[in-house]
Amino acid sequence: MQTTIIWTIVILTILGLLLALVLYFIAKRFKVEEDPRIDEVEKVLPGANCGGCGFAGCRAFADAAVKAPNLDNNYCPVGGDEVMKKVADILGYEIKAKAPMVAVLRCNGSCDNRPFTNEYDGALSCRVKAALYCGDTACPFGCLGCGDCVDACQFGALSMDRNTGLPVIDESRCTACGACVKACPKKIIELRAKGPRGMRVYVDCVNRDKGAVARKACSAACIGCGKCVKVCPHDAINVEANLAYIDFTKCKLCKKCVVECPTGAIHAVNFPILKAKEENNG
Amino acid sequence: MAKVTFKIGGVHPDDAKLSRGCAIEVLPLPQTLYVSMAQHLGAPAVPCVAVGDKVKTGQVIAEPGGFISAFVHSPASGTVKSVGPRRDLAGNGVTHIEIAVEGDEWVEGVDLSEALVKEIPQDRTAMLDRIKVCGVVGLGGATFPTHVKLNPPPGSKAECLIINGAECEPYLTSDFRVMLERADEVVVGAAIMRRILGDCPCVIAIEENKPEAVKSVSGAVSALGYEGISVLTLKKKYPQGGEKQLIDAVMRRQVKSGALPISVGAVVQNVTTTLAVYEAVQKNRPLISNVLTVTGDCLPVESQRNFLFRIGMPLNYIAGYAGGVPGDAAKIVSGGPMMGKAVADMDAATVKGSSSILYLSESLTRRKPESACIRCGRCADACPMGLEPFLLNRLRKAGDLSGLEAGSVQDCIECGCCLYSCPANIPLLDHIRMAKGQVMGIIRERAAKARAAAEAVSPKEVTKENK
Repeated sequence: MQTTIIWTIVILTILGLLLALVLYFIAKRFKVEEDPRIDEVEKVLPGANCGGCGFAGCRAFADAAVKAPNLDNNYCPVGGDEVMKKVADILGYEIKAKAPMVAVLRCNGSCDNRPFTNEYDGALSCRVKAALYCGDTACPFGCLGCGDCVDACQFGALSMDRNTGLPVIDESRCTACGACVKACPKKIIELRAKGPRGMRVYVDCVNRDKGAVARKACSAACIGCGKCVKVCPHDAINVEANLAYIDFTKCKLCKKCVVECPTGAIHAVNFPILKAKEENNG
Repeated sequence: MAKVTFKIGGVHPDDAKLSRGCAIEVLPLPQTLYVSMAQHLGAPAVPCVAVGDKVKTGQVIAEPGGFISAFVHSPASGTVKSVGPRRDLAGNGVTHIEIAVEGDEWVEGVDLSEALVKEIPQDRTAMLDRIKVCGVVGLGGATFPTHVKLNPPPGSKAECLIINGAECEPYLTSDFRVMLERADEVVVGAAIMRRILGDCPCVIAIEENKPEAVKSVSGAVSALGYEGISVLTLKKKYPQGGEKQLIDAVMRRQVKSGALPISVGAVVQNVTTTLAVYEAVQKNRPLISNVLTVTGDCLPVESQRNFLFRIGMPLNYIAGYAGGVPGDAAKIVSGGPMMGKAVADMDAATVKGSSSILYLSESLTRRKPESACIRCGRCADACPMGLEPFLLNRLRKAGDLSGLEAGSVQDCIECGCCLYSCPANIPLLDHIRMAKGQVMGIIRERAAKARAAAEAVSPKEVTKENK
């Protein structure tokens, strides 16, 4: 009995050592030479493997960044300029500073603003819902409220607000990886420049119906009246297909459009509250 | 003869053909009609009338927007009031032509008499052209342009024409009434399509729960004396009206994954399409009307109807004419209860393929709470395509697209048997339909890439083939 155990241990140990030797020599013989900088770059990356850069993961991004002649087409939105600077230092490239971005929900169709016209009873997924019909309100463009974007976010920056039925984006956690933008079947979420101290102005609606129809469906809808276009001194707003859009590269945050908008569809966020009349803007 | 059915899967819902006794009534014209430009599978039609134009009944108001597309005709005479987006059944904006109805004056050259024209023309191409010009599309559900289906690609030959009178969806009785009341015309239509396809044999397949239709169509076949047309009674099983299921039931042949029915020599046409073909070829009447059932479990039998409607009639007009929406209707469906689409907006207008307005009660339509899958395999037993829905749902959850493709999710016909049979109330179809869309997208992308690569290799040869 005892001899069996001893022999078993001895044989297995010898076998293990032999195989380890074989593996050692194979690893030596067939070693793949890899640029050591790939490892270095990968180390400074956030390591979330979110795919926000357009590559399968951080390793794939590092590989591409090392092989590319410059860093113009490779940018890690999660790490931002800080990480990209480190990457550039390792590789000896120059980087162009990019404005930090943030995901912005462009729908204000809360339960109060946008009453339900029917009841959805199917699988709880925006994509399933969008494939079936326009949604459970009269607005065929707005948020479906099943939370596909929340599921897509790896950083815990999104959550559903039960009172409004809309997702809420936590700016401090959002890394602008764009996963939610891809997950949304209605294309409501947009990556916009974060703005100085987070201040930004945007149209909180994607409804392209005619004004009267849009207004009937949702009291906070953009009706495409064009008042904001007239009032904008920087030519940053244009109205296309009954919907205003503010170009964040041109917007100077003067907030004239916010006051002008008859339905309150233009939102200004993170501005310091100066006077009582601006309380609604936040 | 022994009754036949398809081999794999299927379910047996209560057929609830409550409105079977109601003769087809002609709906009067409303004041305004809204004609959709997306009434068929494929590219939407392009309007060819402008606001203010006077149109006559049967006049072309929109032209095909691509190879797989169809003509659209004015369903009444009047003035074009507007051309623009309007909500369709699903609530999405689709271009509609709004026509203010002023009467029912037909364009010239249309035979409006009731007389049956039995003589079948000889010229294949002329008949096909007539079907195309009259905007005939498949009225069984998919609304695929009929002239494309009746013109098999070179190298393939139709060996059997199947006229689909299965009407396997519960509640619907429009096909049944057509077979009962207009059997002669259906049989002549079948003979026309048979001629177009090169005199192949034709089988009119009807499910056993419609013995009156079997009798009436058989009577018409023997009375009219066309060769090569027979009537076949099928066992009742859902989804027998599915193209591939019907081919299996009638011809005992299976269509391969990704292939078209013509690959096994079959062409399937619905009975109402057959009627539309008859009217197009023999009477030069464009497809501007169809039969629709107003039914449902919460509608008393005496207020159930079968209507001959003109395309573009708003649903609420038809519902209003039939006595209004019953108070306890929880869900309104256009189409059958298994595959039909819930109506998001009763303002939506009827299209060529509309087959019913179905009022379902809360108890029948409300989904029960979902619980965990216990792998009982009922969905796999029920799937008529031999798929494993529970497995596909797991693959979908894991996001394994190549696994889904290997599991043939692209073959799903969206019949809903899995959802119907699931004891855990898992919305299998909802998820599988989604996954199917994703996988189809990948397959199409791959095909497009392969085509582009082939063109890059030998541009000359490809252009030659195209010519």
